[in-house]
Amino acid sequence: MAKRKFQIFRGDSENGVLVNFETEVKEGMVVLDVILEIQAEQANDLAIRWNCKAGKCGSCSVEINGKPKLSCMTRMNEYFSDQTITITPLKAFPVIKDLVTDVSWNYEQNKKIKPVKLAPESKSEKGYVMYQEDVERVQEFRKCIECYLCQNVCHILRDHDKKDKFIGPRYMIRVSSLEMHPLDIEDRIPELKKDYGSGMCNITHCCTDVCPENIKITDNGIIPLKERVVDRFYDPITIIKRKIFGKKKKRLPPF
Amino acid sequence: MLDISEIKTIEHDVLIVGAGGAGLTAAIEASSQGMSTGIVMKSLLGKAHTVMAEGGMAAALANVDERDHWKIHFRDTMRGGKFLNVWRMAELHAKIAPERVRLLEEWGAVFDRTKKGLINQRNFGGHRYPRLAHVGDRTGLEMIRTLQDHGIHQGIQTYMECTALELLKNENDEVCGLVCMWRETGKFIIFKAKSIVFATGGGGKAWEITSNSWEYTGDGYALAYKAGAELMDLEFTQFHPTGMVWPLSVKGILVTESVRGEGGILLNSEGKRFMFDYIPERFRSETADTKEEASKWLSGDLNARRPPELLTRDVVARAIYEEVKAGRGSKHGGVYLNIASQRSAEDIKRKLPSMYHQFKILAELDITKEPMEVGPTCHYFMGGIRVDADTTMSSIPGLFACGECAAGMHGANRLGGNSLSDLLVFGYLAGKHATEYAKKIAVHSEFDADQVTKIIRSATDILNRETGENPYLLHEKLENNMQKYVGIIRTKDDLESGIDQLEKINKAYKNVRAKGASQFNPGWHEAIGLGNLLITSEAVARAALLREESRGAHTRADFPEEQKNWLNYNIIIKKGEDGKMKLAKVERPVPNPELERIAKSSIDALEKEIVEERKQEGI
Repeated sequence: MAKRKFQIFRGDSENGVLVNFETEVKEGMVVLDVILEIQAEQANDLAIRWNCKAGKCGSCSVEINGKPKLSCMTRMNEYFSDQTITITPLKAFPVIKDLVTDVSWNYEQNKKIKPVKLAPESKSEKGYVMYQEDVERVQEFRKCIECYLCQNVCHILRDHDKKDKFIGPRYMIRVSSLEMHPLDIEDRIPELKKDYGSGMCNITHCCTDVCPENIKITDNGIIPLKERVVDRFYDPITIIKRKIFGKKKKRLPPF
Repeated sequence: MLDISEIKTIEHDVLIVGAGGAGLTAAIEASSQGMSTGIVMKSLLGKAHTVMAEGGMAAALANVDERDHWKIHFRDTMRGGKFLNVWRMAELHAKIAPERVRLLEEWGAVFDRTKKGLINQRNFGGHRYPRLAHVGDRTGLEMIRTLQDHGIHQGIQTYMECTALELLKNENDEVCGLVCMWRETGKFIIFKAKSIVFATGGGGKAWEITSNSWEYTGDGYALAYKAGAELMDLEFTQFHPTGMVWPLSVKGILVTESVRGEGGILLNSEGKRFMFDYIPERFRSETADTKEEASKWLSGDLNARRPPELLTRDVVARAIYEEVKAGRGSKHGGVYLNIASQRSAEDIKRKLPSMYHQFKILAELDITKEPMEVGPTCHYFMGGIRVDADTTMSSIPGLFACGECAAGMHGANRLGGNSLSDLLVFGYLAGKHATEYAKKIAVHSEFDADQVTKIIRSATDILNRETGENPYLLHEKLENNMQKYVGIIRTKDDLESGIDQLEKINKAYKNVRAKGASQFNPGWHEAIGLGNLLITSEAVARAALLREESRGAHTRADFPEEQKNWLNYNIIIKKGEDGKMKLAKVERPVPNPELERIAKSSIDALEKEIVEERKQEGI
């Protein structure tokens, strides 16, 4: 087996350099295998987060040749054998050490979102009643593994660093998963406009492109939420309707 | 000199260690009872091992097959565990699981639905009826995210990337605190707590081929053991029958049992559906013996018996092992698992999306068209910290344990799907009883500063050595040793060689050294975890040597049958006063006669009894 060349970022938020490594790459290896091999044999203290190694936990997000990816699901045969592979930490978050970044900001965003509240009248003796076709939309958003690749590429967060204005795509689809839950009766539309910054997103689909779970973040999650905000705050007819008839109730499944 | 007063101390009523399904459930319960609750975890919140669980959580909801009942679930669990389960735990589990699953829905989980709009349930090995509430093949993710999103609004304090080093006890030998290390900074922190719940998972990282992540280093077993707690049933390590075998870099990664639950069949290199040759006597009357009957079952015939691919995990894993050994293995040393011939491509992608994705990317294989190659992989510890069935308290006052790190619920072999429900049931009970315990304590105990100094010194010594063993390579040695000598089929000679090797590795470990500074240093973390893994491995190997029979997941080639006499004993492990590991063959209590009657009833008699009962109750 031939040795392959790698450059891995080593350092912290203040100082850092790309360090050259060479290691053997065997058939079937993914980028995370390479990082762990280098860690075990050449740089014991090389910092990387990982857990499941099968694309289910979203821990090992890095940038490979500038592209945000899960290192456990990126096969080495995606690259030419003479190509040097550069591995750097997520750009949108402060580096703690090497490939590990401080993602605590994300956890703070989640806390802002009002939890699920199900309509008590739809509970039967055998639990809540909802139909597969009605939950599928929500199940798509719930596939999210919180790898934060979408947060990392969102230019509002990455290039403009407006973390105080926009909760980012991950949490937009978290809101979608609640707002589109067939039995949820909580209202999050005012916060969506005011606190979550739904107006900041200008639909460039960057988040959708990097999602390892192939969630259609922009089209299925963010755009419908933006429409709900527009309906509520900018559409004069619905505003008048709501003033007269009150808030529209969600459709409940029949018993 | 180390100045203890400079180390931050945080107080909680209840402290939970581990943030998987069990730990989060315990934390939610404790905080909802008004306890100041902290939860310590090695990774980030939401990344614990539970996230990898695929198939589902078993609960007798009876949404798909109305005949299901806690008694049948209980009977399945006891039979799967080869009657070595703690009877009361299996009873509590079967009775409480349905309400806990429904509560998860209340907290936001969105399960797959039946046509009537209820939680859908799927078939799994050893379960009489479709019983596993699920979301495609990512049920663990749904569980952990639901608990996480519910928990963050409960006022629980989370301590992420924080490694537990050792327990602290007061002068009455009660647990009163925990010393931890922040992975990010390498700084230490002391938690004072009135009660502590361990939900630390298992120790599969001692084997080379495992479905477990780096976190699974047996921390709970080792910390409890060092503090004087009893461990039980450590010889029972489950090898899941279907792990990936190719490519090498993904060897061991789990292929969910749902593949077989959805109809997948196992074939050897001759194309033979070999599981028909491996049906044990105990399950013969309830298992299909022809392909025709098996396919009737798949098409929904309620009178057809279940295909042999859905026998319990111990049976299927051994069968695969035997086929490979006899030279009938697949190209890369496994067997073939074929779902492509059983279900449409559309069905497979809908029911098993993450398996489709996993094979497509990691093995460049389309499971809707080709068979997968699979082989046994170390997956789960049935044994663990010995606990009281009702309260989950260990033999040390104030220390509770739940989930994989606790022993008893699953006996000699766990049924698939019983783990996630175990987390919900015993996580809840642990949170509840740790709360009750903490409420009785007025003030926090003071800890012994010398004890803390010693704990911290033993961690920092690893960094301060000038030369020493590479922790990664030492870990690799351990994995090879356990794989070779304490694997799926065991013998006296092998186990003794394994224990000899362990002693050598232990000796080398005393001189382990991590290069670099203390900030986010994986080499250092690896070395700390390895110490726990060594204690765990020794416990497994010694218990396996002592149990001279084959039962459930523990197979001795030199004692190939279940021995009736061994049914009456558990192996209990404790740290002796001389510091050496002590093992004892402890007699099991006499089972509750009613539970014994249920577990040993014929399935027909039990089903009739349930019908009668329901008639009388007017259901």
